[in-house]
Amino acid sequence: MSDHLDLTKLIFGRLTLQELPLHVPIVLGTFVVVMLGAIALLAVITYYRLWGYLWREWFTSIDHKKIGIMYMILGIVMLLRGFSDAIMMRAQQAIAFGDSAGYLPPEHYDQIFTAHGVIMIFFVAMPMVTGMMNFVMPLQIGARDVAFPFLNNFSFWMTVAGAMLVMSSLFIGEFARTGWLAYPPLSDIASSPDAGVDYYIWSLQIAGVGTLLSGINLLVTIVKMRAPGMTLMKMPIFTWTALCTNVLIVAAFPVLTAVLAMLALDRYVGTNFFTTELGGNAMMYVNLIWIWGHPEVYILVLPVFGIFSEVTSTFSRKPLFGYASMVYATVVITVLSYLVWLHHFFTMGSGASVNSFFGITTMIISIPTGAKIFNWLFTMYRGRVAFEVPMMWTVAFMVTFVIGGMTGVMLAVPPADFSLHNSLFLIAHFHNVIIGGVVFGLFAGINYWFPKAFGYKLDPFWGKCSFWFWVVGFYFAFMPLYWLGFMGVTRRLSHFDDPSLQIWFQIAAFGAFLILLGIISMLMQFWVSFRRRHELRDVTGDPWGGRTLEWSTSSPPPQYNFAFTPQVHEGDAWWQMKQHRYRRPTDGFLPIHMPLNTPAGILLGGISFVFGFAMIWYMWPLAALSFIALLAVAIGHTFNYHREYYIPADEVHRVEASRTELLANHV
Amino acid sequence: MSAHTESSHGHGEADAHGHDDLGIHATLKGYLTGFVLAAILTIIPFWLVMSGGFEKSSTTALVVLAFAAVQIVVHMIYFLHMNTKSEGGWNMLALVFTIVLVVITLSGSIWIMYHLNSNMMPSQMQDPANLP
Repeated sequence: MSDHLDLTKLIFGRLTLQELPLHVPIVLGTFVVVMLGAIALLAVITYYRLWGYLWREWFTSIDHKKIGIMYMILGIVMLLRGFSDAIMMRAQQAIAFGDSAGYLPPEHYDQIFTAHGVIMIFFVAMPMVTGMMNFVMPLQIGARDVAFPFLNNFSFWMTVAGAMLVMSSLFIGEFARTGWLAYPPLSDIASSPDAGVDYYIWSLQIAGVGTLLSGINLLVTIVKMRAPGMTLMKMPIFTWTALCTNVLIVAAFPVLTAVLAMLALDRYVGTNFFTTELGGNAMMYVNLIWIWGHPEVYILVLPVFGIFSEVTSTFSRKPLFGYASMVYATVVITVLSYLVWLHHFFTMGSGASVNSFFGITTMIISIPTGAKIFNWLFTMYRGRVAFEVPMMWTVAFMVTFVIGGMTGVMLAVPPADFSLHNSLFLIAHFHNVIIGGVVFGLFAGINYWFPKAFGYKLDPFWGKCSFWFWVVGFYFAFMPLYWLGFMGVTRRLSHFDDPSLQIWFQIAAFGAFLILLGIISMLMQFWVSFRRRHELRDVTGDPWGGRTLEWSTSSPPPQYNFAFTPQVHEGDAWWQMKQHRYRRPTDGFLPIHMPLNTPAGILLGGISFVFGFAMIWYMWPLAALSFIALLAVAIGHTFNYHREYYIPADEVHRVEASRTELLANHV
Repeated sequence: MSAHTESSHGHGEADAHGHDDLGIHATLKGYLTGFVLAAILTIIPFWLVMSGGFEKSSTTALVVLAFAAVQIVVHMIYFLHMNTKSEGGWNMLALVFTIVLVVITLSGSIWIMYHLNSNMMPSQMQDPANLP
């Protein structure tokens, strides 16, 4: 009998049937719904015989455009998960007053706010920002793919593996209850002995590999693969922000990897980096994770600034005001973002000199950001502003982000921070900049580049519905939190006693409901646009009167992006080409050298998922086995010499000729 | 005007194994010099520690760290073939940026942690468990 037990323990580690949520109705209900949805999706794919297509054209694809689109899909799917966490919290806080305990027990509520933060930052914002850069940047610099196409596919699947680990924590065991940064001592093995923090560690480590590699990849692409003539100061501004973001990724993510590795060592082998014994210091964890964490804020927001710059100048029909100052502001933010991290823990006990140094650097960083706002305003000034959906998001961003920026400067004053820290004021502030900045920017970018990616515009009616629900919902949801924060309500509470506060939480819950309508409108927008795709078709490849090179090719672009690498003479290259009555070449095509698809990326991602899962549940034999498999597949892939092929000149000619015909018929 | 150049090798990965831009030190002599220097820079600190080192252990630690820093430079020049002009100056730029960040991170962390410790309450400071 004991032999049998040992064998079970050896294979399944600490995973037992008790870890399945059979006794928690809410989770069980979610599980059933998710499973039914998944089975329905798989059935549809099987019914329409799409497996082969998906495998050949998407999963194994190393085309940067398809990988970018897959990143966006991952981000949107995870947004639904992260948002359902959000609306559950809002509902709980709206009803859990006095005698009513609400519907979420505290230990469940704690998991929800942790999962909400982790998912929204790592598996919504990061994939969507990476996806945008992946899709747009190579087109903007006139390249045919990224520098390391296979690595791109591998990075994507590592991110998916991390996301899948977080998702499986919903149904197998539980997620961390520590808040999204998992500070020790709460996250160490004595305080959190269950698998929650281990899910946190391994999902972030696996996804982190993907993020870091994709950062290196995109960085090299920008440095080495720009079209001839495109000097640094002639790069589109989105490419500039992508460059700075990837520099930040490459410099900052190793810190996160290291600090999580130390936390993992504390938990797995009993080291004392962040304990209170043997010279360990939990404060060091807080210090290190914010050395990553603050640059992370700018990793998310810089590309979005680039999106707004492109959108503003396109829809104002003007070159961007102060291009050079925009570039310098971006670079200054890149460097300054490493000098402000302590403002996340002013109250941790540093002296006045430390706090005032970091308070002042924080205030300084608002200067280049403010300069950017003025650049956008002056770009719009005296422009013929077309209020298409991307431009509407941009205007909403400018208003919202300035409010968030001002409350940020308030928090940067250390004495003020002592009364505002850990309160709902802080929550309102960072949602104000992340939703008002990153999320609005991503939606502007989706509406702006969707025609380039799929060949038809998004339906503007549902786009505007989504816009108004989101923006109004945002103000309803977060302005009450500023007020509550001023009254001293702290974050992460699942129950309140003072009934006078309830009305504010109800307003906030109403705001979250409006945001839900906004998300539904966005999904409707995708569906309606797909149904109306023939009416919304973009034949020209340049639906908005764009200024940068991605609009010079067809929508969607051919696999090789550009039949000939464009020659760049000035900034806003495509605008200049149009001014000089540029004509598309119609013959003289050459064979094009392209990378070949490979299943190694999805294979490595899948094995990494198994490895992470095995480590979380202490299934040591499986962990060892999957780690060996990981190495074997990675090494095996290096022996694959069959990685590239030529698109014959005939085929290029055929593709280009059909576009010539389409353009001729269209006019 | 011609808006295009003919590009027969538009693809980056394919380009990567075309040319070998290894810089000036990619010779047997370069590697041997690097190896000898690296060996010397390893043996001296090793000997220093094994023979007991200086009177103050902190002095020994600083000297060993200084040798390590020189070692890094040797590796960069002789094994990674970096100089101020390689890769069009991007290597140098990246190096300067890295050094700036490492200095900020290390000195900032030391400054912050020192301040935290000096602001601890006296009773806690006497507890040996709280001493670094």
